[in-house]
Amino acid sequence: MSATLNRVGLPRDAYKGAATTLCAGCGHNSITNHMIKALYELGVEPHRLAKMSGIGCSSKTPAYFVETAHGFNGVHGRMPALTTGAQLANRQLIMLGVSGDGDTASIGLGQFMHMIRRNIDCTYIIEDNGTYGLTKGQFSATADLGSVQKKGAVNTFQPIDPCAVALTLGCSFVARSFSGDGKQVVPLIKAAIAHRGTAILDIVSPCVTFNDHDGSTKSYSWVKDHEESIADVSFIPFFEEVHVDYEPGTVRDVELHDGSHILLKKLGDDHDPSDRRAAMRVIEEGRAAGHLVTGLLYLDTTMTDFATTERIPDRPLMDFSEDELRLTRDEFAQFMSEFA
Amino acid sequence: MTNQIINDLTIQAATVNGSGSQTANLILTRAIFHMGIPVAPKNVFPSNIEGLPTWYQLRVTPQGHMARTDQVDILVAFNVATWHQDLKTVRPGGVVVHEEAFSTADVRTDLTYYPVPFSKLAKSKITSDTLRKQLANMIYVGVVAGLLGIPWEALDHAVKRQFLSKPKAVPVNLEAIKVGFDHWQDNFSKNDPYRLEPMSGAVDGKVLVEGNQAAAMGALMGGATVVAWYPITPSSSLCENLIAYSDRFRTDPKTGEKRIAVVQAEDELAAVGMAIGAGWAGARAMTSTSGPGISLMAEFAGLGYYAEVPVVIFDIQRIGPSTGLPTRTSQADVGFAYTLSHGDTKHLVLLPGTVEECYEFGRDAFDYADRFQTPVFVLSDLDLGMNLWMTPEFKYPDKPFDRGKVLSKADLERLAGEWGRYRDVDGDGVPYRTLPGTDHPAAGYFTRGSGHDEHARYTESAEAYAANMDRLARKFETARADLPAPVIDESAGSPIGLIAFGSTHAAVVEARLALAAAGRPVDYLRVRALPLSSQVVDFVSRHERVYVVEQNRDGQVFDLIRLALPAELVDRLRSIRHYDGQPIPADAIMEPLLESEVVPA
Repeated sequence: MSATLNRVGLPRDAYKGAATTLCAGCGHNSITNHMIKALYELGVEPHRLAKMSGIGCSSKTPAYFVETAHGFNGVHGRMPALTTGAQLANRQLIMLGVSGDGDTASIGLGQFMHMIRRNIDCTYIIEDNGTYGLTKGQFSATADLGSVQKKGAVNTFQPIDPCAVALTLGCSFVARSFSGDGKQVVPLIKAAIAHRGTAILDIVSPCVTFNDHDGSTKSYSWVKDHEESIADVSFIPFFEEVHVDYEPGTVRDVELHDGSHILLKKLGDDHDPSDRRAAMRVIEEGRAAGHLVTGLLYLDTTMTDFATTERIPDRPLMDFSEDELRLTRDEFAQFMSEFA
Repeated sequence: MTNQIINDLTIQAATVNGSGSQTANLILTRAIFHMGIPVAPKNVFPSNIEGLPTWYQLRVTPQGHMARTDQVDILVAFNVATWHQDLKTVRPGGVVVHEEAFSTADVRTDLTYYPVPFSKLAKSKITSDTLRKQLANMIYVGVVAGLLGIPWEALDHAVKRQFLSKPKAVPVNLEAIKVGFDHWQDNFSKNDPYRLEPMSGAVDGKVLVEGNQAAAMGALMGGATVVAWYPITPSSSLCENLIAYSDRFRTDPKTGEKRIAVVQAEDELAAVGMAIGAGWAGARAMTSTSGPGISLMAEFAGLGYYAEVPVVIFDIQRIGPSTGLPTRTSQADVGFAYTLSHGDTKHLVLLPGTVEECYEFGRDAFDYADRFQTPVFVLSDLDLGMNLWMTPEFKYPDKPFDRGKVLSKADLERLAGEWGRYRDVDGDGVPYRTLPGTDHPAAGYFTRGSGHDEHARYTESAEAYAANMDRLARKFETARADLPAPVIDESAGSPIGLIAFGSTHAAVVEARLALAAAGRPVDYLRVRALPLSSQVVDFVSRHERVYVVEQNRDGQVFDLIRLALPAELVDRLRSIRHYDGQPIPADAIMEPLLESEVVPA
């Protein structure tokens, strides 16, 4: 039996990576699997993928998918800077950043925010478990007020909500999900990749070793009990036809830059993902009600990404030769003479 | 009049920051340069937008000395706040052109004074209310032109040159200069020895360029395509010039597309991170900063070294520690930049000593970065970077880019995918790399700042770690022999040697002439890169006493050379240090050297 090949002729196995070294049951491993599924189904060419990360458990995961792709595990909290530079060097690359809550909301908050301001074309996934796993269980800045550490300490600080921060900064794609909700995570990853601009995807991803107990708001059981999805998400890539067989008025259809479509099926109250204030309201109301609101919170397909705004050519800058980059001899002589 | 002093004088204009004095200073400089006379301007300015005192020293010598001097011949006193202090700087017999309203009670009697009613002239003769403050400075240009005999044609040229892109400003500025020029003719008779006379041959083929302009041009010719920076004095003008040059030379006139990406980052951490990200992805990438920014870049510098990513980092040094004196010059980042970051990190450092080298090293740094897959620091300083220097025109590059050991798709096919990112194939410590986007299943690898083996796989193996560090050391040794060699002049055949680097060069050139004239000729080696060339040790071995001259308190390069010397040569080394923030004058080399060389009676 031959494996099913995707549109670029690769089997699902081609999107696998090295064996994970994270704890068994770690939410991050689920996200890795969702990533593999999304990339395989999208038919991303591995050589065009650039897997970027910072430091932490989450940042190790790019080694665990698409082994043949280039990856860059940089320094703590600085993935956005590396991603920005690499994206400008080669616009043909598909930039896929994986970060954690410490990496994003503490040491890297500044870079996270400035990347969003610039609308760098990349997918930025936060594997958010509210704790520092590699250093054995300290609170991170996304831990909720009043949540309890494994050894009993109570968090007395207000959390930083990466989605709320992203919305405030005018991020062009903001979504939240749960590592255990593959049905939602996979289409969101696909949509984030198809989106041209910074796509923030905050995925609550329980830490089974340090933050999966009673009193945690990032545990499997808490999220299962409190997750409130704002809409069912499905993704139709540009190479497939859109078949909508829902009742009229029950589904929103948003077209992305590359011709792909996101279909959002209403669940409860209708949420308009093009309304930034509504997105802020949904997050706030969810928080007040003690819910974890998940789904595509906000999407703006009209905003241009940084490289486009800056008139950077589609052809990779790293490809240009001296003949194209240096002044000509005449230009050089003329320019020098102007200093006389 | 006795003993005329022709073309050998230093003018110091004491003005107020933000008053438009810099334009006046530049016009005076260009006018004198246009007469064929060598000029060496130094701008001493405050860390301030408007109101604090600023000085502009314009040194004119027939020999073309480029260093600063402490001797002021002609003071132009425009700032009442520093008036008495400024008077002290003038050499006996010197000249003072000053605002008439300044109090002259108790002033020195050994100077010639030319009081000029600058404010009154500005009020009565300059009609534009909005431009009066700016143009008032031009009046001093006219007075000095009259005083020294600068022909009108030279002033006319200088103004037109200064306002090349703003021709509307030419007539009003010339008018203001004329006010001063006429005032001199109508009111004064020459009562001092200083004169300027046109020269021929002294400035042929020379241009006036700031080091930061030169470095920006170097970066452009070196093929920089991703530039990330954060504004900081005295480095900002490097990237600002680069942006201006790119608008002109890297922009497609039809589509508006740019063959360069420039990001003003949120801080220096991000700036160097972006440059490293771009270098990793195969672009020629750079950032530019000064000391405080270098401190912030330490983290990424280590990643660049250990993950072996090419990037060029310009450091236009200013005085530290900490914020220090942001507008004063120094060579005190050398030791820090050389080993920037924790762990066993060390970097390639280029030390341009002239603006021409700011251009050449700024360009070639990208070749070195690609060839050795590592960060390359170009250490300029405020004196080199922000002052105008007389220089021969720069040469057009005669070599294509050297992109280093990059495996293409075809290479990988030939190798049947058999390669290791950190494997030393050629025995020079320099491995091969692939670039993201290379369409071959074996091209991809995982770059990391954590421990890695030859295949870039994570490892905590003691052997793999040590072997990799040894290879990095080997690579460093390969680079040592490849970086710009020292420039050595042993024509003096002296038992005494001088070693210097960077902008100290100008003062050394002058000091050597003066020492030779005083019967104490000295040999000279100019260091142009770190790690130190083996020629430095050889030079010391050929001399009985060697003075290392540098602009920092602790003798940082003196220490590096001492470490490189065999024990029996260490005693030959002496240290001369200048660290007050003002560019080093020749006297600061000569005096301590002669003092040290005095044979006890």
